[in-house]
Amino acid sequence: MELAIHTEVPESAPGLSVAASNPHKVTAKSVDVYYGDKQALKSINLDIPSNMVTALIGPSGCGKSTFLRCLNRMNDVVDGCRVEGEIKLDGENIYAKGVDVVHLRARVGMVFQKPNPFPKSIYDNVAYGPKIHGLARSRADMDEIVLNSLEKAGLLAEVRDRLDAPGTGLSGGQQQRLCIARAIAVEPEVILMDEPCSALDPIATAKIEELIDELKENYTIIMVTHSMQQAARVSQKTAFFHLGDLVEYGDTQGIFTNPKDERTQAYVTGRIG
Amino acid sequence: MTDQLSNSERIQAGLARRYRAEKRFRLYGIIAVVLAVGFLAVMLSAIGARGFGAFYQTHASLEVTFDEELVKDKDWQGIVKVAMRKSFPDVKARRDKRKLYKLMSSGAGFDLQGMYKADPELLGQTRTVWLPTSDDIDMLMKGQIDRVLAEDDRRVSDKEITWVDQWIASDRIELQFNTRFFTGGDSREPELAGILGAVMGSLLSLTVCLALSFPLGVMTAVYLEEFAPKNKWTDIIEVNINNLAAVPSIVFGLLGLAMFLNFFGMPRSAPLVGGMVLALMTLPTIIIAGRAALRAVPPSIREAALGMGASPIQTVTHHVLPLAMPGMLTGTIIGMAQALGESAPLLMIGMVAFIVDVPAAFTDPATALPVQIYLWADSPERAFSERTSGAIIVLLGFLITMNIIAVFMRKSFERRW
Repeated sequence: MELAIHTEVPESAPGLSVAASNPHKVTAKSVDVYYGDKQALKSINLDIPSNMVTALIGPSGCGKSTFLRCLNRMNDVVDGCRVEGEIKLDGENIYAKGVDVVHLRARVGMVFQKPNPFPKSIYDNVAYGPKIHGLARSRADMDEIVLNSLEKAGLLAEVRDRLDAPGTGLSGGQQQRLCIARAIAVEPEVILMDEPCSALDPIATAKIEELIDELKENYTIIMVTHSMQQAARVSQKTAFFHLGDLVEYGDTQGIFTNPKDERTQAYVTGRIG
Repeated sequence: MTDQLSNSERIQAGLARRYRAEKRFRLYGIIAVVLAVGFLAVMLSAIGARGFGAFYQTHASLEVTFDEELVKDKDWQGIVKVAMRKSFPDVKARRDKRKLYKLMSSGAGFDLQGMYKADPELLGQTRTVWLPTSDDIDMLMKGQIDRVLAEDDRRVSDKEITWVDQWIASDRIELQFNTRFFTGGDSREPELAGILGAVMGSLLSLTVCLALSFPLGVMTAVYLEEFAPKNKWTDIIEVNINNLAAVPSIVFGLLGLAMFLNFFGMPRSAPLVGGMVLALMTLPTIIIAGRAALRAVPPSIREAALGMGASPIQTVTHHVLPLAMPGMLTGTIIGMAQALGESAPLLMIGMVAFIVDVPAAFTDPATALPVQIYLWADSPERAFSERTSGAIIVLLGFLITMNIIAVFMRKSFERRW
């Protein structure tokens, strides 16, 4: 079943033509993922444009998180997980032999569903990435990176006077923004977000969404979400997954207002899922 | 009839029964706890009551003269004998005199030797010194020998009792703190026997045991839990580690005897070998506790680190290990406490020998605390049963200290997430 719909959909609304002109940051070509004998993703083809927010939606167990985790090879550590096909980041296959996973993950950062700051100080949380990758030459350099990242994550004002306090002492929303600050501290090109707001209240969610909107200026963002409203609010591109298939992919507006597939229509209108 | 009851009424009716069951269950729990605490209290107080006496030793005051001739001959016990004759001038018969000398410990002379060594000026001078009495007199003073018994049924004769009573009357005999018990090595004479040799042997063995089993155990746990693929081989290894934890300790002793002593020709009775055997025994404990501690670290921390581009080793050393450390240390201390109380494997490698000298190096012949307890418990002299309990108190003291350290370390390493 070949269901990939590429970004050059002629039907896309005229106002979104800018989106189509963005170059593709990540391209997936006939990606199959297996957990042991079970196939979790079936021949996925997906081109993700840079400097945009791409939302992956679909009912639970549809494979959207699996796909997201393929993009920085987090599935490598899962026992019995096998990825076939090609995923290219800037034209290079990240599953090719000789690709360094550590380097890949520095380029493709990740924010998880549950805020997971390290049990260290706020400063150390943000400084961790630059430290292991050797990005700061001096203490002053590091200070700058940390403060900049916190600023970009919209957290600096709230934590400026307690950078030495444990990151785990922050509220849920603050913790998630700390995790975003930690991810952008190494200046990745792509940020993967796996339901970043599912553990947060609406106000914290609104803050994160606002932040995602700002971040897309500099980063390519791919997020998994269960909330269709969220996908509609923050993403420019939406991919709908169902039972391991990529059912439909296109401009967000098109997906929500004029879905071409019955299943997409059923899902976005709330009939399945 | 019950059909007429509403659900709410039916629940109401069952409530009393449910609460009764709950109360009963709680009562069982309290009974169990009380029983356990009771037994513990009985055991501790019995040991405490019996062992406390070991910390005190009967000493008699003698006027000793460092006679030049006797000092030159190094006949220190002779000096004691002269002093005893002076104390009891009316004892004339040879047999009685021999009995009289036996009131004092055969180690009393060593005390004089020590005094003289520390201060050679004493030559020719007369001093009043407190010297240890023999173990029988010690037992008599502590009330362990019944004066009412017929003379043939007790170890102290009527004559000896009269002499002791003379001492008591003139305040020249008393119980003093038994420093020798804490500073001396083993001895055939209970009043001279000390525990330092065994303590040192145990400490040296435990040092070797810790140095071997902690790094090995932690590394094994980390490898098996974090890096090893999950397959048939790791399953077999896991089952075998669990089996190893259940192997009777004497088997490890036999292994040590066969491998370390007979095959590698390492020294007998040495804390080095003892520590190695104990390490074999402690390893499974540390590995199992370490794996449990690693498993308790939330996977989200690993994901966070890996997602940041940390290598697997960095993930483990920077994040997982520090979080698992309290659990690992607790396991290690529990393992060490087990090793401290273990005697069977040490018997097999010769750490059960009678050793007077306090060991100072890993290859010196030594014994260990539990083995010392076993040796003393096996000795016929009455005073040794008191030493046995005294040694048990020392051993328990060490165990409690180790557990307190474990709790303290857990608290100070613990980080919340």
